[in-house]
Amino acid sequence: MSTLLEVSGVSVTFDGFRAINNLSIQIAEPELRAVIGPNGAGKTTFMDIVTGKTKPDEGRVVFGDRGDSLLGMSESQIAQAGIGRKFQKPTVFEAQTVRENIAMALKNKRGPFDVLLRRKTENREDRIRAISDEIGLTDALDQQSGSLSHGQKQWLEIGMLLAQDPRLLLVDEPAAGMTPAEREHTTDLLVRAAKTRAVVVVEHDMEFVRRLNCKVTVLHEGSVLAEGSLDHVTKNKDVVDVYLGR
Amino acid sequence: MKNTFIARNPSVLWFLAGLAIFTILVTIMSEATGFGLISTSFLKTLGKTLCLCLVAIAMDVVWGYCGILSLGHFAFFGIGGYAIGMWLMYARTEGIVLTSLKANALPPTATEITDAIGGQIFGVVGSSDFPMIWAFSHSLPLQLLAVILVPGVLALVFGWLAFRSRVTGVYLSILTQAMTLALSLYFFQNDTGLRGNNGLSGLQNIPGLEDQSQAVVSLWFFWASAIALALGYVLFAYVVSGKFGSVIRAIRDNEARVRFLGYHVEHYKLFVFTLTAMIAGVAGALYYPQAGIINPAEIAPIASIYLAVWVAIGGRGRLYGAVIGAALVSLLSSWFTGGSAPNINLGFYVIKWTDWWLVLLGLSFVLVTLFFPKGIGGIFDALAKKTPPNREGDFGPDKGAWRNEEGEPS
Repeated sequence: MSTLLEVSGVSVTFDGFRAINNLSIQIAEPELRAVIGPNGAGKTTFMDIVTGKTKPDEGRVVFGDRGDSLLGMSESQIAQAGIGRKFQKPTVFEAQTVRENIAMALKNKRGPFDVLLRRKTENREDRIRAISDEIGLTDALDQQSGSLSHGQKQWLEIGMLLAQDPRLLLVDEPAAGMTPAEREHTTDLLVRAAKTRAVVVVEHDMEFVRRLNCKVTVLHEGSVLAEGSLDHVTKNKDVVDVYLGR
Repeated sequence: MKNTFIARNPSVLWFLAGLAIFTILVTIMSEATGFGLISTSFLKTLGKTLCLCLVAIAMDVVWGYCGILSLGHFAFFGIGGYAIGMWLMYARTEGIVLTSLKANALPPTATEITDAIGGQIFGVVGSSDFPMIWAFSHSLPLQLLAVILVPGVLALVFGWLAFRSRVTGVYLSILTQAMTLALSLYFFQNDTGLRGNNGLSGLQNIPGLEDQSQAVVSLWFFWASAIALALGYVLFAYVVSGKFGSVIRAIRDNEARVRFLGYHVEHYKLFVFTLTAMIAGVAGALYYPQAGIINPAEIAPIASIYLAVWVAIGGRGRLYGAVIGAALVSLLSSWFTGGSAPNINLGFYVIKWTDWWLVLLGLSFVLVTLFFPKGIGGIFDALAKKTPPNREGDFGPDKGAWRNEEGEPS
């Protein structure tokens, strides 16, 4: 286990509101990590910073074996470097088929000329098949993804993440709006993905986090409140105070 | 590869077949080949319409597929026209000047010839010197290159600046419109050296083809326009199919998400913007020799707005829709504004279509946008029974649950 992502001393202020306050987190590879915290704790902002959507006021964010800083990179460069993200609200391209969605995410060269001229890469269909099997959408491959159910869209987005073959997956509330059976499936998917890469899951639902059975980081007011196993952090007095309200 | 491309895009074959039949029919009916059912001036109108269809599919790719509402593509079209027009004017004036100087006792020097040509071309703006911008006008290959390169480079530089700073949506449209306005003002100036508001004229006389009648030359241009439209259609159908098309439609629908997939959105936009600008230049270069005259008013922002209206009426996001829209609206427009449409006498007021055509066009634009957002092309969806699925759903997921017909109407 080596450190893949290191966030240290990062702060962000939005119009005077400190969303992230001297936050430091390290993620190893492979690792499954759950990030929990009440609303406004800075969970999504943390992901925004790592994926390049928000630039921090101060601090360091380094990634990979060579320790490249992510701060000077654009969103697309960060994605190409190997960080994939799933959004809170499922965002798939609804006007396109499931196959097109997955094909777009597949790890390939991303330049316009590459995409235009090198049309068929070998084993593309095999990879699409493998991913759609994994997320249980093989029957829906030629369906418009806008016609999928909410849970299926969530899976499709996870499938697109897997297709990108990133080293670090950032997953924002994957189980939102899912039935218990769908949740179980999602947990399996994430646990399996975390065997070979780093997966960070932001989640509200404690039951879901318990099933992930991994190290938990509790955020509160933009910094780390506690870290450790779920049982360990739930015994922490500060965490109890934050969650139950003082 | 070719087979699968056609198989996956059956509309390409239909379009090419339709265009071929149309071209053959028009050829048979033209004055040059005998029957003379179509006058040469109407043949020119048809040829010009094909060029407008070409620039419309370029607009459709950039707007309907990639989501960039460019109000500058007709400026690229005009630049293409100017580029070819400069050679046409130079070469033709050179011919005239050489003939008239032949009568002199002494053979004319090179400077005398150049001065005489300059005097002929720029006399109208009170000058006889060739401005810098005409440096390559003696050479057909160089001016043909300019037809593609000048719009291409302009689009590349403008697009790079605009997309890099992530200007999108209506703000980008305003920027492109500002570019178009600036260009047309630039062309209006006498100092620019493009004969100011007189523009370039006499473009229908093609140097080297003096002994051919206009009927024949018009037919050749009609064929060239049809071939250009066919090639352009296949090119754009290739671009918007497959994964590239998938990515640009994704950019249209959710640009930020595409970035997180690792695509450099700006590069894609720049590629599409530049490619379509170059094709627009080609379309313009074929249009203006048939029109015979080009002036800065052709480049004015309103022309690019018309272009957007055609594509919207024809149906965005499908290439044949753009062709239908451009052909229908521009032909109707020349019918109504040409005075052929009968006036309607209401007793107390006479509707003259030359005055009311714009109102009718504006009204149909509003109606199409409100009631038929897919445009005329949407009719083909209805024919192909591509009705959207009924998403209302049942009461429950199980077979045993109440079905729709049993339940209370909600």
